Amino acid sequence: MSSSEVKVLGAWASPFVMRARISLNIKSVDYEFLQENLGSKSELLLKSNPVHKKIPVLIHGDKAISESLVIVQYIDEVWTSSESILPSDPYDRAIARFWAAYLDEKWFPSMSKIARARGEEEKKAAIKLVQEGLVLLEDAYTKCSKGKMFFGGEKIGFLDIALGCFLGWLRVTEKAHKVKLIDEAYSPGLVKWAENFCADAAVKDVMPETDKLYEFSKVLMAKMRAPQKPA
Amino acid sequence: MANEVKLLRSWSSPFALRIVWALKLKGVEFETIFEDLANKSSLLLQYNPVHKKIPVLVHNGKPVCESLVILEYIDETWNAAHPLLPKDPFGRAEARFWAKFSDDKLMPLIKKATIGQGEDKEEARVQTAENLKYVEELLKGKKFFGGETIGYLDLAFGWMAYLINVLEEVSGATLIKKEEFPLLSKWMENFYELPEFKESWPDRDRLITKFKNYG
Repeated sequence: MSSSEVKVLGAWASPFVMRARISLNIKSVDYEFLQENLGSKSELLLKSNPVHKKIPVLIHGDKAISESLVIVQYIDEVWTSSESILPSDPYDRAIARFWAAYLDEKWFPSMSKIARARGEEEKKAAIKLVQEGLVLLEDAYTKCSKGKMFFGGEKIGFLDIALGCFLGWLRVTEKAHKVKLIDEAYSPGLVKWAENFCADAAVKDVMPETDKLYEFSKVLMAKMRAPQKPA
Repeated sequence: MANEVKLLRSWSSPFALRIVWALKLKGVEFETIFEDLANKSSLLLQYNPVHKKIPVLVHNGKPVCESLVILEYIDETWNAAHPLLPKDPFGRAEARFWAKFSDDKLMPLIKKATIGQGEDKEEARVQTAENLKYVEELLKGKKFFGGETIGYLDLAFGWMAYLINVLEEVSGATLIKKEEFPLLSKWMENFYELPEFKESWPDRDRLITKFKNYG
């Protein structure tokens, strides 16, 4: 299949976009990466995701698929000759989906709260929440990995991708607020897991460097604080 | 091992109803455990320590949480009868996308438009109408979201078939007019009338009372 058949609409800094790219890499599928500009939405984005107008969008031939976890599952179900991303057992799949939903609905929003916290008290509380989440995730890691390296076992899978995509921003948060989030003290498994995830062939070229992301986060913060331009 | 299936639910939760419907469609026998959400049982806390919420499906002692996750688990485990998700990957992606839309966008909007406290109800109503257009569009040329028979997305949207009417009555707002949303209105009627689900609907008067006291 030619690379023009598969496109990813996204941005290099977005963890959600990374999920789609890692999945395509696992399947060895060539794709065109179309990056959106910060602050504006392209015609193609508005046309292919009119409901949410958000990235990532996977464009496969004449089809557009939105919502990162929906995209990952779509990729897994279309390109079946390569490595599976979801586990094969229905119960393991349910567990992976459960934790992925937890990440998006609870854990990642709690991490965003750290940057938005006003004052030390709020920041401390926000950090505590993230760390408590990581304790849960460490336990999930122990149970899912069953002694292997990844949530998915020997190879990275759905839950590795769902959590791993946040590592860039997690490191930026650690750097910006001088705090350790994934820590040997309460998440030793995840410390090692994070290293191995980032080193994975499907991940290493799409995981942004922490310094580059850190600089970008400052640009983003400045933009958020700037007075809004009239539409 | 014998197939032991339990469902922890509340009397009115639309998320739990999805599971009741799915199990009925698949012909799975199960035990129902009603939870009092104001007084959660130790069983619930044990089976769903992360969220402490219903529904929880317990299959041979192993808990599955989050209604849409449970639906897929049911579909994959009891895969001989009545498939819930379509076979083709794009159809599945669409169903998953719209189910998420139901829960993340539509349900909160509709609550805001009807029983929301002190928020801009009028704005919520306008947005509801805009978003309902997408749902209406999905039904073009179909009886159910799943096609000829109900599927995953019908179960995901099923809450509309009984809750919209209740919320409209409690708030005095009309969200779904037959002339504006003919396909959706017909779908709601058809879904509500399904013989398999006749026994499942929560008591309407009790729902009215619940939502009148909301907030």
